[in-house]
Amino acid sequence: MTHLPTVMTVPVPQGLRPRCCEATCRVVSNTPVNGEYRLLTLEAPAEILDCQPGQFFQLLCPAPLGEQPFLRRPMSIYGYDKAAGRLEFLYKVTGAGTRGLATLDRGDAFNVLGPLGQGFSMPDDWQNLMLVARGVGLATLAPLARMAQEKGRKMTAICSARRPELAMSVDLFESYGAEVIVVHDQDGSSTPEALRPLIKARIEAGQVDAFYTCGSSRLLRLLQELGAHHDISGEIAMEQQMACGLGMCQACVRSFRVGDRIIQRRVCREGPVFPISEAM
Amino acid sequence: MKDMQNADLRVRVGALTLDNPIMPASGTFSEDLADVFDLDVLGAHVLKTIMHGTRAGNPTPRVCDLQSGMLNAIGIPSKGIDYFRDEMLPYWAGFKAPLVVSISAHSYDEFAHLCAEVSLDGVAAIEANISCPNIEANGNAFAMRPDTTHEVVTRLRAKTDLPLWAKLTPNTGEPAEVARAAEAAGADALVVANTVLGMSVDIANRRPRLGNVMGGMSGPAIKPIALRMTYQCANAVDIPVIGCGGISTRDDVLEFLIAGAAAVQIGTATFQSPTAMARLITELESWMQEQGVASLDEIIGSIEAPNAGVFE
Ligand SMILES: Cc1cc2nc3c(=O)[nH]c(=O)nc-3n(C[C@H](O)[C@H](O)[C@H](O)COP(=O)(O)OP(=O)(O)OC[C@H]3O[C@@H](n4cnc5c(N)ncnc54)[C@H](O)[C@@H]3O)c2cc1C
Ligand SMILES: Cc1cc2nc3c(=O)[nH]c(=O)nc-3n(C[C@H](O)[C@H](O)[C@H](O)COP(=O)(O)O)c2cc1C
Ligand code: FES
Repeated sequence: MTHLPTVMTVPVPQGLRPRCCEATCRVVSNTPVNGEYRLLTLEAPAEILDCQPGQFFQLLCPAPLGEQPFLRRPMSIYGYDKAAGRLEFLYKVTGAGTRGLATLDRGDAFNVLGPLGQGFSMPDDWQNLMLVARGVGLATLAPLARMAQEKGRKMTAICSARRPELAMSVDLFESYGAEVIVVHDQDGSSTPEALRPLIKARIEAGQVDAFYTCGSSRLLRLLQELGAHHDISGEIAMEQQMACGLGMCQACVRSFRVGDRIIQRRVCREGPVFPISEAM
Repeated sequence: MKDMQNADLRVRVGALTLDNPIMPASGTFSEDLADVFDLDVLGAHVLKTIMHGTRAGNPTPRVCDLQSGMLNAIGIPSKGIDYFRDEMLPYWAGFKAPLVVSISAHSYDEFAHLCAEVSLDGVAAIEANISCPNIEANGNAFAMRPDTTHEVVTRLRAKTDLPLWAKLTPNTGEPAEVARAAEAAGADALVVANTVLGMSVDIANRRPRLGNVMGGMSGPAIKPIALRMTYQCANAVDIPVIGCGGISTRDDVLEFLIAGAAAVQIGTATFQSPTAMARLITELESWMQEQGVASLDEIIGSIEAPNAGVFE
């Protein structure tokens, strides 16, 4: 019997440490968070816990009854703690892969690959941050909020959801010192039209140096428009269907506008975090 | 001869001697894998197919998940020959594993021209991906038929002194004839094979799951097809055959070697487990030591006749 957690041992070039590892973790818990999401907590080896907010892992999902997910599934890091040997994912059950994830039980062995991709940056002149996320996009921004607190940055987090009770992690963002504003579809507070004046007022009050966003193309366009008008930059974490997750297969490309050119970049390698102004 | 100290994993592919029979399949490997393990443990390095000019590749979604494999329609996004010569070649020159450059084109002239252009110092062999559509034959791949295979390999042979490998398609109905045509035209080895043409539809929205509608199937699901074709080709020609298709375990590697492959390429398995190739080499070595197999020559092409009628 192998002792978990463990990393696959492979020959590495002398003096180099692999940037990411294939590791077998042990499931600590896998619990429903509300109607749609589940929180997976893993005991993970230290080798894979030098993570940056915004990075992701490729999860080898177990097969749920009657289905066989084949490729790994990309999942943002929701929480990581090297000292405690903990790694967390917050996921929405949507198809075969995530249905397989939902079958994981305490004590199970579980294979992950990571950390992968480029995380968020937080330059010194970004002191007042505005986080705008929808749905499971909040999972991606959670470790960013923790980093912002550690760096002593001020934060406003706009959490958008279909219904108020589906707004994720409000307490978590508050515990990181963020002012949290929940908007939702039921009262119409989540539309770009409703959000524009709210964000604009804060920009004009000098409360926004940078945006971070994830999870909605409508929100992206709103932030692009406000950012261009008020000269505020920011970053977005994007998604695309993946195969390798490492940069080898070119499956995950998206188009970006850089100056007057449209270029293709790999979400898994150059991303998943990109400048808001270049995203399309 | 049990529990030997040293097992010799070296294999010969024509004029080249490889340290071991494990190498990546084109399009499933890049310098990015160096983030995971030391790429010099591999028998060879096979790069993503390049074409002459810069190309964008296919629309997304470019991949789709299957029960026991995947479909891809990446296309051949290419940064062109200049990028290859100036940026990629110097990087790969830093490794001791031989470099195999995969090339392709949509016409005979373009193909021959590119073959001459990539015949550079630092390139150990050229793999001709003749499984891509030939515009001069109604978009059918060169390797679908013996005559187009013969023509394209002849044209490439005339342009290079490097070892020339022809990568065949499993979509042909005449694998042995195509293999013989490639050999007759001067190929030094065959790579058997590329992906199997397939398709998948999302019933929820009735759309094809790939932006390109159709794509190439790879992974464990195609292993029996690739193994069958490797066997057919190895029987049909005297040049070495490199097996490829659905190989993911040590026993898969051994099946291909026994059926006649001189070496193997690993593609999709690397997506499921990026450490796969490195582990296969170690596992193959331990197996040889356990079994008292001193050299892979004892394994390659060692297939026996079926034990007809006897249920063991
Ligand atoms: C960098 C990144 C981070 C992500 N982080 C999270 C997260 O923290 N929590 C979360 O719940 N989801 C996240 N996703 C989306 C998640 O990967 C998909 O929901 C998941 O792959 C769906 O798999 P499935 O088999 O359950 O669904 P199916 O719909 O059956 O999946 C079929 C195929 O499509 C792919 N796919 C489906 N939806 C997406 C998507 N949105 N993005 C990319 N590929 C997709 C799957 O990987 C699979 O190959 C992230 C995606 C990316 C690219
Ligand atoms: C994403 C992807 C991209 C590929 N690109 C190429 C390519 O550029 N040239 C080529 O000759 N084969 C290409 N192939 C085919 C593989 O090299 C290999 O022949 C095939 O996938 C079967 O092997 P496997 O089942 O081990 O993956 C590609 C395969 C995949 C999955
Ligand atoms: S998923 Fe393979 S290159 Fe991004």
